[in-house]
Amino acid sequence: MSEQPEELAIPEPEGAADIIDTEYEVGQDNITAQVGPLGLDVHNPVFLISGMTIATFVVITLTLRTSVEPLFNDLRTYLTSTFDWFFLSAANVFVILCFALVITPLGNVRIGGKEATPDYSYTGWFAMLFAAGMGIGLMFFGVSEPISHYASSIGGTVVEGDVRTDWAPLGAAVTNEEAIRLGMAATIFHWGLHPWAIYAIVALSLAIFSFNKGLPLTMRSIFYPLLGERVWGWPGHIIDILAVFATLFGLATSLGFGAEQANAGLEFLFGIPVTDTSKITLIVAITAVALISVLAGLDGGVKRLSEMNMLLAALLMFFVIFVGPTLVLATGFFKNLAAYIEYLPSLSNPFGREDDNFRQGWTAFYWAWWISWSPFVGMFIARVSRGRTVREFVVCVLLIPSTVCVLWMTAFGGTALSQILNDGYLAVKDAPLELKLFTMLAELPLVQITSFIGIVLVIVFFVTSSDSGSLVIDTITAGGKVNAPVSQRVFWCIFEGLVAITLLLGGGLGALQAMAVSTGFPFAILLLLACFALLKGLMNEPK
Amino acid sequence: MFEKIMVPVDLAHQEILDKALDVSGKLAKTYNAKVLYVGVTEATPTAVAHNPAEFQHKLEAFAAKQADLHGIETEARTFASHDPATDLNETLVEASVKLGADLIVISSHVPTFADRFWASHGGTVASRANISVMVIR
Repeated sequence: MSEQPEELAIPEPEGAADIIDTEYEVGQDNITAQVGPLGLDVHNPVFLISGMTIATFVVITLTLRTSVEPLFNDLRTYLTSTFDWFFLSAANVFVILCFALVITPLGNVRIGGKEATPDYSYTGWFAMLFAAGMGIGLMFFGVSEPISHYASSIGGTVVEGDVRTDWAPLGAAVTNEEAIRLGMAATIFHWGLHPWAIYAIVALSLAIFSFNKGLPLTMRSIFYPLLGERVWGWPGHIIDILAVFATLFGLATSLGFGAEQANAGLEFLFGIPVTDTSKITLIVAITAVALISVLAGLDGGVKRLSEMNMLLAALLMFFVIFVGPTLVLATGFFKNLAAYIEYLPSLSNPFGREDDNFRQGWTAFYWAWWISWSPFVGMFIARVSRGRTVREFVVCVLLIPSTVCVLWMTAFGGTALSQILNDGYLAVKDAPLELKLFTMLAELPLVQITSFIGIVLVIVFFVTSSDSGSLVIDTITAGGKVNAPVSQRVFWCIFEGLVAITLLLGGGLGALQAMAVSTGFPFAILLLLACFALLKGLMNEPK
Repeated sequence: MFEKIMVPVDLAHQEILDKALDVSGKLAKTYNAKVLYVGVTEATPTAVAHNPAEFQHKLEAFAAKQADLHGIETEARTFASHDPATDLNETLVEASVKLGADLIVISSHVPTFADRFWASHGGTVASRANISVMVIR
């Protein structure tokens, strides 16, 4: 051994870690087969049941659309309005736990064992965190959400009977200045600490139970401290199936809506008509690039695309900052950060509030949405985070993305608000959601180039969601195996594109998105249990 | 003629390795070469090991057993890959360069129609490596 250079073998011993002693072997419930030329290595019964459930839901939605659409939508509205206090409280618990992990000795635990070294550099890691976490949403909501909250805040409160019918956050605002602050604070609240805390808890639990405890990289492993060996049976199957269901429908419906939004953008910019053919072409193109990416693998495909996207997004943001109202934005960053911190306690308060529409329709909806995405994003973040300490992990997954969100919202929302209030440019306020970004950019120089970058970003963000999503679904449905035959991830990638096209043509994107968001409720309960499991798991680790 | 013979080993499927192990053992004896058993694993737990360090221990035990069996000098080398499903061939070729191997003996299956589109690991390694590759079917 000694004659070989040091870096050749396994870099270093992984060091002490608290391996869980279980009889279960990764892939022991898997079925391996050769179907024609393609190999198959899937978990029985998670693969089959998730695939069939998804197909069944698509068929039911298409055939009985008029009756299931209101049903799914009502379910989502019921959950976010009846259990808004629960969603808000749960998200607060995740944020508090994250801060506790940073300041207590538990933060010293290293993911992957005491002497593990990071698998990825900071840039590659951040790029992947962002691309999977919220990339695409930032593109559409960065401009529109601050405007919405500003407009509803300045509109004041409207009471009919005993019920407030306005959508203003908290008690609305009286002055323009206050409305801007409240609008920005409410937006950052929905994209800042809370969503990232949700992702951080899921990702950290998965990483600890997989890399440190030696359990398979799949959702069910988190619940080992609570369920014991039963986690390998039906309780575990159900958790994994639910994760696949939420992830696939979340991705497919986003892809369908995304195609509509990207098509609207392409029409605005290049006059490409909004037709089913254009949308399907977009979905096929996005799926094709995602396929190339999954075939190229995590390092060759997903990471490279994510890095490219981060670079483009940074370019666009700094362009907007320097060409837009630079001074307003520079001071705005600190003002918005201060506003966020000031309003954070009242915005996150689950009880005794009167802003029902805002709290239930925006906040609880967002929390359910982030939570339903958390198995996907969490699995992905976990896989690329080995070698970091818990403290480093939480700071990087929670504080840095939140700060970047403040900056992003300040740049895009701040510019749009400044255009409306200072320049009297109302087009950005009146434009539909998918065109707000481009309408805002149209007021800045070099609109042809920036809009082109904007549309490329939108499309590549979809690709990075689609490829990382396919990897995650494949890993879950292969019982935590990350080296299952490549044909399986190809299957999931194509399946997702097909579901998107089917729903786009047959209708039902909204209904199934509502269904996907509704899975946020059971997951919120599971995640609260996961917090307990995580603490228990971390306490046994060498620090 | 050969000094270092590299043999890729899949510890999860040792049953298909018999021929390659036998051939590499005999070649090593003939040329007085050393056999390097190379395993590619991932950071996440697998059916074989909880982590790469444990994988390395198992591969070392495997190499020691082969050394006794064939009366040759052996060595075990583990390479961790972020995504072995797609990066296996590349990792193996890189390993052969880094380890300074002069022959790769690799197990493979009899080509089917599908291999025209999606070549086997053995086939791909043979087409990419700069050294001799013996594909055992």
